[in-house]
Amino acid sequence: MAETLLELSGISKTYPGVRALDDVNLRVGRGEVLGLIGENGAGKSTLMRVLAGVIAPSAGVIRIGGTEHARMTVNEATLAGIAFVHQELNLFENLDVAANVFIGREKLAGGPLKLVDNAEMRARVTPLLERLGADFTPSTLVDNLSIAERQMVEIAKALSIDARVIIMDEPTSSLTISETERLLEVIADLKAHGISVIYISHRLGEIMSCADRVVVLRDGRTVGELARDELSHAAMIRLMIGRDLKALYTPPAHAPQPGGCDIAGVVTTAFPDRQIDLSVRRGEILGLAGLVGAGRTSLARAVFGIDPLLGGEIRIDNAPVGVASPRDAIRQGIYLVPEDRKKSGLVLELPIRENVTLASLLDYARMWLVNGNAERKIAKDQARRLSIKAPSIDIEAVTLSGGNQQKVVLGKWLSMQPRVMFFDEPTRGIDVGAKSEIYALMRSLADQGVAIVMISSDMEEVIGVSDRVAVMHEGSVSGVLERDQFSEYNVLRLAVGQALETMEATAS
Amino acid sequence: MMKKELGLFLLLAVISAITGAINPAFLSFVNLLNMANLIGLFGVFALGEGLVIITGGIDLSLGSMFALLGVVFIDLLTTYQVPWPFALLLVLMGGLALGGIQGFLITRLKMQPFIVTLCGLLIYRGAARYYTSDSTRGFGYGDEANTLSNIASGNVAGIPNTFIFLIILAVILGVLLHRSVYGRWLYAVGKNEEAARFSGIRTNLVIATAYVISGGLAGVSTVLFVFYTNSVSPSSFGNFYELYAIAAAVLGGCSLRGGEGSILGIVLGTALLQVLQNLVNILGIPNSLNFAVMGTVILIGVLADQQLQARRRRKAALAGLARTAPKSKENTRLQNASPHGAAALPTTTGDQA
Repeated sequence: MAETLLELSGISKTYPGVRALDDVNLRVGRGEVLGLIGENGAGKSTLMRVLAGVIAPSAGVIRIGGTEHARMTVNEATLAGIAFVHQELNLFENLDVAANVFIGREKLAGGPLKLVDNAEMRARVTPLLERLGADFTPSTLVDNLSIAERQMVEIAKALSIDARVIIMDEPTSSLTISETERLLEVIADLKAHGISVIYISHRLGEIMSCADRVVVLRDGRTVGELARDELSHAAMIRLMIGRDLKALYTPPAHAPQPGGCDIAGVVTTAFPDRQIDLSVRRGEILGLAGLVGAGRTSLARAVFGIDPLLGGEIRIDNAPVGVASPRDAIRQGIYLVPEDRKKSGLVLELPIRENVTLASLLDYARMWLVNGNAERKIAKDQARRLSIKAPSIDIEAVTLSGGNQQKVVLGKWLSMQPRVMFFDEPTRGIDVGAKSEIYALMRSLADQGVAIVMISSDMEEVIGVSDRVAVMHEGSVSGVLERDQFSEYNVLRLAVGQALETMEATAS
Repeated sequence: MMKKELGLFLLLAVISAITGAINPAFLSFVNLLNMANLIGLFGVFALGEGLVIITGGIDLSLGSMFALLGVVFIDLLTTYQVPWPFALLLVLMGGLALGGIQGFLITRLKMQPFIVTLCGLLIYRGAARYYTSDSTRGFGYGDEANTLSNIASGNVAGIPNTFIFLIILAVILGVLLHRSVYGRWLYAVGKNEEAARFSGIRTNLVIATAYVISGGLAGVSTVLFVFYTNSVSPSSFGNFYELYAIAAAVLGGCSLRGGEGSILGIVLGTALLQVLQNLVNILGIPNSLNFAVMGTVILIGVLADQQLQARRRRKAALAGLARTAPKSKENTRLQNASPHGAAALPTTTGDQA
């Protein structure tokens, strides 16, 4: 194997209450492409942030080119030749390519004014772009470039600092197939020039085609390593899961009733070329799994009237409903508990009481004047029913813990008449105790005949809470699992776009 | 909520007391009534500006609206001999319409309030000057609108009608803002438009309505100012008045970020501004320093308010922390223990062994 260029040993990172990384060991050889895989939240991003010098590890050593670091600063990381091509590209759209490549390290002309030497920067960027086979010039505005081209700019930036290791975090998540192939060619070229690449991706097919070696992270630990000839989808997925699930599941009180919500041929703005068909019955919790960016949130936004529906139809109890705006959706009894409760779920600076009645204030008003007593009563009822822990319903929502804030969002909807409820990552950032309360609430809502769709990236939650699981992959539903088919393996296979295996494989 | 208004009221009282002590003329009946009149005149449209600022927007066009609506109003009464109730109605509708157009541009066409109303400021002023060929319009010697003139610039038992109008409008808007569903929506939209939209509130309509109300109040103010000055010179009438309104609203506790402020605060802010202007005259401070005094007081007032708020927030945060601390510790323990037991055994890992 090639000489070791970068070595991480015993890297740990603890946050209060969370061990994000636990004794991670990783080695990258010169000119090697290392695939790094793991589920959402396995610690990949944290690990890469340690490498970039953005966060300091709690323990462990980073060895690069023979020098040891207990931690690195962003500058040291750059000097050591570590470069990033980010998932969300960090480029300045209002500047041209050359300016982006040299951002923070602008070439200055001589003279007393030390003006920026644009000509020099462009001249230096030109050969880099040629090497990458890019067909735009250094003076092109980044705003005019496609995502794939922007990635080339990032790679050019990496080359311009003589990077020895380039870390690519989900680089192909927004690329077309031919752009992806182009990127893989570039990676092969980098490799030929002795530059190492750490390639993070959920797309196991790409990993198979470009990685020399694969390291698997799970729950913040390195759980396995696969050499090139050991690579297979099954082997990778097994390593990514490999843990037992706790019993969270509460069965429904009675079988799902007929009726519910049908999403038929719906086209969202995020994936204008895909159709989504999905149905959730009354009294059922449908888990909606998939990788980040698979189109789950955009589906919820479209059904709730936030984003326009580009096609298809939504039916409740077999009657088509119009959802041109959230107001329409709410009138139909379709409610959304949004992913980002602080941004979309709550008005943080308003008291609990006003947040609870925000969507239904007209019901507590006579001639448009708010009936304070009626409002207080309903807010108190909800606070009691949801056991919101707060000294009073008049304190601002911003002072509450995440779990209690989420309960306020729920209180807003439960004070009304839900028929279909979408929960988008309902327990993200919420402590364990509040989590189980929210699961119990969802179940009791379902038992009252509400159709529930729970979007979640937490595998334990998806499998533990749902009655059925639909999995989305790149904008459409790639499969629906009944309870007897539930397994992380199956969910993950569907999530990465593979078909389910035959029955005996599923059973194993 | 009321703390801010109380502080403002105290500031107003202290400044008045000091000024009165230095020069008793400040507290004379005549001077007080004069100030009440000015507070009334400047308060009416400051209320509208306040509503707009609570949405997180701004209305820079008010002064120019006065000029345009003013020349039209006088022309309707003098040149066209329109009966005053109709002229009044037309001017009010004109104000509502201009506000509606601005609201439409801001909410439907997603233009920035600053730009839309800045363009309004330029366009209305230009239109007013073109319409009159830059000449001053005033009332002739006839009694085109004696009744209205008496209503607008008269008084009841010495109290200027303008002040009475302000109080009436403030009460109406106070109920609207602080007691009605619309008012609640306005604050919610100002604080977090996205969450408001996610709660089914028609945020565009709520915001546009604030501009319409502001325009309507600008129409009322136009009439009051016209009868205060009895003539309109299109190039200077109402110049900078929008800035008085913004200053009053900000002084009264409105944040330009939106979602904050109260009607009482805006009224008190207006009063404070007028007292400051008056004080400059009464104390013999050179009149040229007028704006500088106003600017300094606003600057200090807003700065002090921010500092106090930051302190309150820190205190609240500390209190919140103290309340949740024991609980979060317990959660930490739970979290450490639950995920698959891995984290519970931190030191023994297969890889290292």
